[in-house]
Amino acid sequence: MARNDLQGSLDLLVLKTLSQIGSLHGYGIVLHIQRASDELLNVEEGSLYPALHRMEQSGWIRSDWALTETNRKAKYYKLTPAGRKELEQAEKSFEKLVKGIRAIFRYA
Amino acid sequence: MSLLRRLSNLVTRRKLDREIDAELRSHIEMRIEDNLAAGMSKEAAHRDAMLRFGNRALMKERVTSADAALMFDGIARDTRYAIRRSFRSPAFALTAIVTLAFGIGANVVAFGVLNSLILHPLNVAESNRLFSVVQKQHGNDSQSYPDYLDFRSRNNTFSDMVAYKLYDAALSIRGVPKKSWFYEVSGNYFRMLGLRPQLGRFFDLNDEHGPNSAPYVVLSDSFWHDRFAGDPRVLGTTVDINKHPFTVIGVAPKDFHGTEVFFWPDFWVPMVNEQQINGYDYLSQRRSHGLWVIGKVRDGATVSQAADNLNAISAQLAKEYPDEDEGLGARLVKPGLMGDSLGDPARAFMTGILLLALLVLVAACANLAGIFAARVADRSRELAVRLAIGSSRWHVLRQVAMEAVVISLAGGILGTLFATALLSVFSRWQPFDQFPIHVTVVPDWRVYGVALLLSLASSILPGLLPARQIWQTDAMQAMKSGGVGAVFRRATLRDILLATQIALCALLLTAALVAFRGMQRSLHAPLGFQPDGVVSAETDLHMAGYTDQSSLVVQKRMLEQASHIPGLTAVGSINELPLNTGGSGSPVYRKGTTDFRSSNTVQVAKYYSISPGYLRAAETRLLRGRDFSWHDDATTTKVALVNATFARVMFGDVLPIGRHFMTGGKSLYEIVGIVEDGKYDSLTESPQAAMFFPLAQNADSDTTVIVRSALPPAEVARALSRTLANVDPDLPFTVRSWPDELGVMYFPARVATVSLGVMGMLAAMLAVTGIFGLAAYSISKRWKELGIRVSLGAQRAQLMRSALGRPLAILMTGSAAGLLAGVLASRLLAQIVYQATPRDPLVLCGVLLTMALLGLLATWIPARRVLAVDPAQLLRDE
Repeated sequence: MARNDLQGSLDLLVLKTLSQIGSLHGYGIVLHIQRASDELLNVEEGSLYPALHRMEQSGWIRSDWALTETNRKAKYYKLTPAGRKELEQAEKSFEKLVKGIRAIFRYA
Repeated sequence: MSLLRRLSNLVTRRKLDREIDAELRSHIEMRIEDNLAAGMSKEAAHRDAMLRFGNRALMKERVTSADAALMFDGIARDTRYAIRRSFRSPAFALTAIVTLAFGIGANVVAFGVLNSLILHPLNVAESNRLFSVVQKQHGNDSQSYPDYLDFRSRNNTFSDMVAYKLYDAALSIRGVPKKSWFYEVSGNYFRMLGLRPQLGRFFDLNDEHGPNSAPYVVLSDSFWHDRFAGDPRVLGTTVDINKHPFTVIGVAPKDFHGTEVFFWPDFWVPMVNEQQINGYDYLSQRRSHGLWVIGKVRDGATVSQAADNLNAISAQLAKEYPDEDEGLGARLVKPGLMGDSLGDPARAFMTGILLLALLVLVAACANLAGIFAARVADRSRELAVRLAIGSSRWHVLRQVAMEAVVISLAGGILGTLFATALLSVFSRWQPFDQFPIHVTVVPDWRVYGVALLLSLASSILPGLLPARQIWQTDAMQAMKSGGVGAVFRRATLRDILLATQIALCALLLTAALVAFRGMQRSLHAPLGFQPDGVVSAETDLHMAGYTDQSSLVVQKRMLEQASHIPGLTAVGSINELPLNTGGSGSPVYRKGTTDFRSSNTVQVAKYYSISPGYLRAAETRLLRGRDFSWHDDATTTKVALVNATFARVMFGDVLPIGRHFMTGGKSLYEIVGIVEDGKYDSLTESPQAAMFFPLAQNADSDTTVIVRSALPPAEVARALSRTLANVDPDLPFTVRSWPDELGVMYFPARVATVSLGVMGMLAAMLAVTGIFGLAAYSISKRWKELGIRVSLGAQRAQLMRSALGRPLAILMTGSAAGLLAGVLASRLLAQIVYQATPRDPLVLCGVLLTMALLGLLATWIPARRVLAVDPAQLLRDE
């Protein structure tokens, strides 16, 4: 349960990032999450790429090679409709989780 | 959809690899750029990017492993690697494969036999709903015709029910008689089995209009080919069965061999014509059992409902016919084993053999596991290096496990080939020429499935044991110590495996020896007669159209003629030889009994009709009283000879000569003599009662003439055949020596002994390789230590003790355990093999000696290597 949720939260972060920015490469995703979370969340490359690959296999995101601003070839990821739906689901279940944990903290 | 994508990735694996590489590279480069922009030096920027990224190869591995389908690719690669590795050490691979092939082959043979004889005996449609209806009491399996009719008409759980009976008769084609075996069957037989004739038609219920109304015969495929050359014009022709004309109306399908697994008929005739063929009418005799009944359970009824249904009917019948049907009850079993009379022993035997075969396989796996573990231990430095440079444990493990799977599958294929070959030899084999007995075992998909499962299962232990080692490998430690240190602490599990294996070997060896000795003893056991030097000629006078009553004259003539053959010391006849698979029993009552219910029975005794002179020819000792003479005939008092057990049970210590008893036929007999006990049904039976009646008072068309002579049996047999042929040329005789005739009786014991012997041999081979492996391995690991000890002045004996002590200790513990288990298991054996007892010094010594020899054999080469340890050589090596 716990492990799934942690993995799930990486998926959630990636999906959310892509839904906000639109299209982004792996390195960009790392930077965005770091910045957006005020340096609180640090996505490890070691987990990011397997996760990206898995989500692509599941059809939540798709990828295209494109040039960066600095004229470098990079693989850009984009949300698919299925990914959007997945994101909604993930957000909902995350809200629930947070609510649940809050509730416990109140009593503890 | 996503699976499709994964599978397409599988094909484009290389492209995918490149893509991932490029993506990761671009990531790192972007990081470096940012670092440089943040003001880091070039080296620091690079270093930071790489550090953050971690192990690139590992990550690539993890990215691709996100694909489930890509795992197949990995497995394929590991398989190729495993095969390559196996080729690199062919001796190891070959030993392992052959070891497994034996283990798996033995199992496939055992399961194949079990599958086709016991689990799926009949190859007809819906055979899973066919059941033999046998009596509740084991060993009393046949039904009477009236009971069969009542079962059939009163039940509501069977869609139909058939009855059949095995018989022999003389079938004459154009005047040439030949003894044939056939089934008498109820009219609905073929219809219920759902068969279509390959030629002509089958008879059916509407052909039957009372006794002797349906003189039709349906031929089996092989009989049609053998006797009629497969000529389709045979339809409509007339053949004589025991001198009565029958019309050939059809030929059964090619692969239908009747409803008995072992007993294939030449032809089928309607049961209603039974009286014509046998001159005896059982159709109206509720008391006369001897029919096998097979029912087809109706759709929607369960087997237990069907059994309950029949038992309710049995209870009604017992009430309606208390004299005949008291205690009637029904049991449903798989058909094909003579009711269930062969069922219990066959099932017990096959289960036993299968269990042994499984044990052998387990031993083989234990053996392999040991070898695999040793090999992994040898590779521990290599594996540690691979773990250290980032290979995942799972990956290394998969590689080692794959090796086990590859070897097991190879062993399984080889074993299955070997087993199939053996089974086909088995199927062609016809153990007894006097009976149409075939043991047909055709492996079907179930057998192959089991073979595959066994192969995969056998890779579990050899794959898992090394897995444990790999999981526990501490890369640092393993590299430092070079892989030697860990071995000896971990050897204990292997020791246990080896000890188990040796125990198994000793167990099988004990069992085989016990069986063998029992066999040997049973060849010399007192049978109540002396078969050596006797030639028998068997016939049934019905075959030439005589009745029981008109038989006597012919029988007397046969004996008279036979007595003129020169060189004979005694001549006699009996209706059926003891220990000849047949023989009937009759209840015995005290004189004056009027209520013949089974509860009033004193005992059930085998009965035989014998001529004067039979006792002398058979050398059955007359203990008291007199033998019969031809004066004991229909005009004088009914007399009988009884055996010692009969006398003891009925009269205790009182001398029974002159006393009387009654039989199921309600006639009164006077006892005129006592003969020694003998074996009547099987070699392993406990003493049972028997009674003998004079042929002239108890007519019987079944006749076996026996002659005793010191001349060679073949010569006597020729003379006897010639002489008897003169009596009536229409009578077919089966002439053979009595010891040959008894071959059937020794058959189960022989099969048991041979199969135990084979299993024992397999186990012994495994034990040798196991001990050899352990000894050789432990010496190779301690080579250096041994060398140092030699240079420090250790004696050879001390070296031997420390090098071989462990394998030998294991050998002794294992042997002792196995011997003990074998002694306990021999109780079971005693049911199959006559006089099998482990309390036999020869067996104990034999087992110990063999195990010692095996130990010697297995440690011989390692021991010589120990003795050859040369410290100087060792020093130079290092």
